[in-house]
Amino acid sequence: MARLDLEKLSKRYGDFFAVRDVSLQIADGEFLVLLGPSGCGKTTTLRMVAGFIEPSDGAVRLGGSDVTVLPPWKRNAGMVFQSYALFPHLSVAQNVAFGLEMRKLPRADIERRVEEALALVRLTGFGGRLPRQLSGGQQQRVALARALAIRPDVLLLDEPLSNLDAKLRQEVRVEIRELQRQLGLTTVMVTHDQEEALTMADRLVVMNEGAVRQVGSQRDLYERPADRFVAGFVGRSTFLDGAVEAPGRFRTDGGLALACAGGMPGRAALALRPERVEIAPSANTNMSGLDNSLPGTVEFVSYLGALIDIHVRLSPQDRLVVQIANRDGGFAPDVGQPVQVGWPAAAGLVFNE
Amino acid sequence: MRHLRRWALNGAAAVALGYILMPLVFVVWLAFFRQEIPSFPPDGYSLKWFAAILDQRKFVDGFRNSLQVGVLATAIGLALGVPAALCLARRPFRLRTPVASLLLMPLIVPGVVLGTSMYVFHVELENGLDVDVLGTFYALVAGHIVIVIPWVVRLVTASLAGLDRATEEAAQNLGANPWVTFWRITVPAIRPGIVAGALFGFVTSFGNLEMSLFLVGPGRTTLPIVILQYLEWKIDPTIAAVSVVQIVLIGGAMLITDRYVKLARVV
Ligand SMILES: Nc1ncnc2c1ncn2[C@@H]1O[C@H](COP(=O)(O)OP(=O)(O)OP(=O)(O)O)[C@@H](O)[C@H]1O
Ligand SMILES: [Mg+2]
Repeated sequence: MARLDLEKLSKRYGDFFAVRDVSLQIADGEFLVLLGPSGCGKTTTLRMVAGFIEPSDGAVRLGGSDVTVLPPWKRNAGMVFQSYALFPHLSVAQNVAFGLEMRKLPRADIERRVEEALALVRLTGFGGRLPRQLSGGQQQRVALARALAIRPDVLLLDEPLSNLDAKLRQEVRVEIRELQRQLGLTTVMVTHDQEEALTMADRLVVMNEGAVRQVGSQRDLYERPADRFVAGFVGRSTFLDGAVEAPGRFRTDGGLALACAGGMPGRAALALRPERVEIAPSANTNMSGLDNSLPGTVEFVSYLGALIDIHVRLSPQDRLVVQIANRDGGFAPDVGQPVQVGWPAAAGLVFNE
Repeated sequence: MRHLRRWALNGAAAVALGYILMPLVFVVWLAFFRQEIPSFPPDGYSLKWFAAILDQRKFVDGFRNSLQVGVLATAIGLALGVPAALCLARRPFRLRTPVASLLLMPLIVPGVVLGTSMYVFHVELENGLDVDVLGTFYALVAGHIVIVIPWVVRLVTASLAGLDRATEEAAQNLGANPWVTFWRITVPAIRPGIVAGALFGFVTSFGNLEMSLFLVGPGRTTLPIVILQYLEWKIDPTIAAVSVVQIVLIGGAMLITDRYVKLARVV
């Protein structure tokens, strides 16, 4: 295992930057997740680390040595592909042994390490099967065992769970994470699944349009998003467009005057997390403890089981989503019902344009 | 109504199959006739025409020549055709479509045209380089390579479609350089196409008459030419027996190949 450093890494296709100036330091044994919408450059970044794409600019350092121009077969990076990419004509054991054969290990060592790797992913006894004789989840574990057997300096995972069904995905998430901790693997995983990213990562990197928008823990990204994109991408936010009139005073385009925390005068958006907003039937307007308290009308309700989303119209231009827990005897909104919503000033994040 | 359609379809297939098989059946039948001048019904049956093949050196020599040319042309055709197919399937270069069509062209161009142009080319080469080209064994092989390549390119290209490129990347990720990756991952994956391409290429070369007529030198005639020359002065069941031997050999090769790669899937 080793640390991994990306320094101002860029990849250009003609005039188009698939990845632009990405700098990241991944500590020894850290699980880093690259998260971002489709086409934001996650795979490109990962493939530059693996050596399949040559960067237009910048450097990749693995364990302190510069591997930027090293071909893939000379880097000690283990990759798990989205399609698993198992060798169809080789048995499970031969698949896992492949990397060890390339390293010219003695036969006996290879056999021992193949057994170890298969045991790690709980596939002992499956060595003689062909990949097509395995389920999707088992194939995924063979791919993982194959990457682990070479004792890579860094483990690279490109959407490793996207071909599994929802239930299996939850189990494999935990398995990969535990294995990674147990072996102290420096790991970079790519995903566009937020929940997956949040449950597995030590640290997350949010990317958009080829650039890093924010790096931080789950809490950092959720509580202190760096910009409007992150606020909208990690978790959910409703945005009220308008302007900051003076620090602490926000006026929406719909004319609502709101108390907010900070912000510089000028055009801005106020972001609110749906679960941080209180809601009550209009008759009970006792929200005096909150900095903002406004009347509105329920426009749309979506029932999610444990949670209920309520879309509230505040003004012709302003609409807010409020999320409440679905409790016994709790508030049960009806479309068209007048309501009162409120939130503390600190719950609203201001993003200047 | 559904039944009627099914019957019509099956009937049409049977007619087509019978039409294709009829000459084969006749040739095989003829090879076992006892009398020398074929006439129906036969006077009786005998195996003597098969023995007669071995008594005639020209058939044995022709067979050996065809085998040598076919094997060598197929080997070289593979060495050229497989990389060409890989290149066509993967490298997006500007003239890809015309080059792909060009490589398949010998399948369409009439053998006589191919033979004429190759003959002229060999004459020019001989004049220009001042070495023996025309009628040599290697000139004949060179000609046959041209008709082997299209089969290899076509069948390997077809089998490349079933290859997941990520497996090649996975091999490189695990420490295999491109050369090792090619032999250990790519070749096994496209083996059905290679085997089928080699088989069809060889059969095409082995049975080629028109082009070979222009290229063979004295004493180096291939089997199809020997058969033609024999037919020019004599019609007896020996020819049928030679054909039966060919049919059996080629059919056998196909059956054996089919055990390893399902031909119907690549062709
Ligand atoms: N060979 C290429 N030529 C031109 N543009 C490319 C090439 N490869 C990738 N791109 C572009 O670079 C951008 C980033 O691609 P990348 O595959 O890294 O996205 P991603 O974040 O992995 O997306 P996804 O979540 O859909 O897998 C995309 O807009 C893509 O169209
Ligand atoms: Mg991707």
